[in-house]
Amino acid sequence: MPRVNSRAELEKLRKEIQEKRDPNKPCISVSSGTCGRAFGSERVYTAFEEEIERQGLESEIAIKKTGCLGFCERGTLVVIYPEEIFYTRVQPEDAPKVIQSVKERKVVDRLLYTDPVTGKKITYEPEIPFYKAQQRIISEANRWMDPRNIEDYVAIGGYSALSKAIFEMTPEEVLEEIKRANLRGRGGGGFPTGRKWETTKKSLGEPKYVIVNCDEGDPGAYMDRSLMEGNPHSVLEGLIIGAYTIGAHEGYVYIRNEYPLAVENLRIAVNQAEEHGLLGGNILGSGFDFRVRISRGGGAFVCGESSALMASLEGRPGEPRAKYVHAAERGLWDRPTNLNNVETWANVPQIILKGADWYRGMGTDGSKGTKIFSLVGKVNNTGLVEVPMGITLREIIYDIGGGIRDNKKFKAVQTGGPSGGFMPESLLDLRVDFDEISKVGSMMGSGGMIVMDEGTCMVDMARYFLSFLEGESCGKCIPCREGVKRMRQILTGITEGRGKEEDIELLERLSMYMAEASLCALGRTAPNPVLTSLRYFRDEYEAHIKEKRCPAKVCKELISYHIIDEKCPGCGLCVKNCPVEAITFMGKKKPVILDQSKCIKCGICFDVCKLSAIDVR
Amino acid sequence: MSEVGAILDKYQRDSSQLVSILQDVQEEYSWLPKEALTQVSKGLRIPLSRVFSVATFFKAFSLVPKGRHTVTICMGTACHVRGSLHILDRARQLFNIEPGGTTSDLKFSLESVNCLGCCALGPIMVVDGEYHGRVTTSDVGKILESCD
Repeated sequence: MPRVNSRAELEKLRKEIQEKRDPNKPCISVSSGTCGRAFGSERVYTAFEEEIERQGLESEIAIKKTGCLGFCERGTLVVIYPEEIFYTRVQPEDAPKVIQSVKERKVVDRLLYTDPVTGKKITYEPEIPFYKAQQRIISEANRWMDPRNIEDYVAIGGYSALSKAIFEMTPEEVLEEIKRANLRGRGGGGFPTGRKWETTKKSLGEPKYVIVNCDEGDPGAYMDRSLMEGNPHSVLEGLIIGAYTIGAHEGYVYIRNEYPLAVENLRIAVNQAEEHGLLGGNILGSGFDFRVRISRGGGAFVCGESSALMASLEGRPGEPRAKYVHAAERGLWDRPTNLNNVETWANVPQIILKGADWYRGMGTDGSKGTKIFSLVGKVNNTGLVEVPMGITLREIIYDIGGGIRDNKKFKAVQTGGPSGGFMPESLLDLRVDFDEISKVGSMMGSGGMIVMDEGTCMVDMARYFLSFLEGESCGKCIPCREGVKRMRQILTGITEGRGKEEDIELLERLSMYMAEASLCALGRTAPNPVLTSLRYFRDEYEAHIKEKRCPAKVCKELISYHIIDEKCPGCGLCVKNCPVEAITFMGKKKPVILDQSKCIKCGICFDVCKLSAIDVR
Repeated sequence: MSEVGAILDKYQRDSSQLVSILQDVQEEYSWLPKEALTQVSKGLRIPLSRVFSVATFFKAFSLVPKGRHTVTICMGTACHVRGSLHILDRARQLFNIEPGGTTSDLKFSLESVNCLGCCALGPIMVVDGEYHGRVTTSDVGKILESCD
């Protein structure tokens, strides 16, 4: 592929690509992100490919692998274009049937999505309630693109924001536009992106650096993975525009090694952008040079923190430093450095292309635009959802998420990862906004939204987050290293029935010290899960401490499994599956007997019993 | 260990690339042997203590040999609320090792990971790079049976 040497050549290339493509030619698109692959999308794709070849239909039906479509729950997802017929749970065996239907321009009823509320089948993607209530400006393009083919990105207008920025605008004008759009950092903190850019731009010292933070460590959040896998060029385009604005000629993408597909797709994207002259020396013939290096993380949560990330980029252990001097002044190699999260960078091309006024039209006074959340946990429709800021939690969980699984009762929703907090039912009408969520003790975070039902124990969840942080604290400062450990020990004691009444007060005191005295945000925000669960679910702590009882029946030390004799037909399934032979078969039609002294409370019998004849007390 | 030399050359013996270099070394041997670390230290002209501090800081690196099969269980929040602890307990019990350990016959290594970003499909268990979603405690044994 020849280099693109000017703005006109880019437009010419775009036109050529578009003309080459027939919008009416049927295309089978298979969603192949990491989630899709876990469902076997690779096998589904191969089955389609082989069937098309067998029937000799290569010139009539196109086939494409796209990134994640967001509705991960229903994989493997297959969409037939141009009609946008949406198939869920597609298996390799379905390939001949689907191809037949494409030829006849018909629909395979069996594979359509059934609305759990109305029980009706829905044919077209945009009509599915999960998508209907969303506003997908950043994640939408995942649908149209093979992330490994730059032509797909160019065909839908890719890199036109870059050429607009470079050829129509001065760096100052780009900066003004980003500031006016009031874009705030999507990595969690919500710091105004424009102000960060401006400080880096004005700081003395050369060279300057720009960094993409794709060290998405918050457990339960995966929007950055999905963007990097499904549309890496949009992130790169944002990064190049940022570099042009700030005056940087070198950039880094710091990406988690736990995301192998994202690393692979990003590498391909960088290579293709370089070949096309969109990255590297003399970009689009403008004289602007910018190079990108990819750096893989080593599996340390703290490296999501900017100063720790930069230490890791320099080849040192990822320990944070005190931030009395900002990275914008002295960051990587002590040079002015601007670091933004993946989703933040992906917003940039949209703002440049459509303008700050368009962007300001979405969201609330303080938080503009949209936010991608990973809606997961005990909710019916799990997946990635992109919504305008200002939408309520209730709309996200009930209208898009379809409510709580198995008709259970909602208990809490957790945002902000280990730094965030729990929000109870009384806050369901809270509007999603950086400032509003902080006010109630949680934080927006990078976008994990974990829904919990009555079967989730809040003390156990608080213990979970603290034990997560105990493993991830880098150990440099004492308040975090020791405080997190002690808090985890106290919480473990409570969940194991050894809690004392004074524990709650001790937890609150430790929280106060850690929030004040820790070196970086990891330690400062570590108490949030404890504080919010104490604030909204104190009764659960009290039940564990005073009555030695786990109301959600989760904490192993406080529960026991029992056979309900009236329901047990003696089928022996649990006997066969019990790993420690704690259950004895007593003959057909006689209930089995469970020996409490042998039981290790692994829960297998509860899992395998088809007649709900096992009770947890 | 000529492979180490090739890896060092690939990164132009640039010590800022230490993390990437160790990642490549680990991919080559599936762990970080002492001789390899010494060679990296000499090749980059940095103290062995610095190589060691990076190798022990990041969770992805292992200073002990790994088993033929790697079993990774996701402990992310979404998997946790759907019972990933039961899955880990089951694997622990089957292998009789703790996460981070390897069975004495070098067949299995058990790892726990903070989040694999497949949150919609939890609990997740990965065996040699293949993802298994919505795993139940009784599935664990069945999935592992296919490993020789």
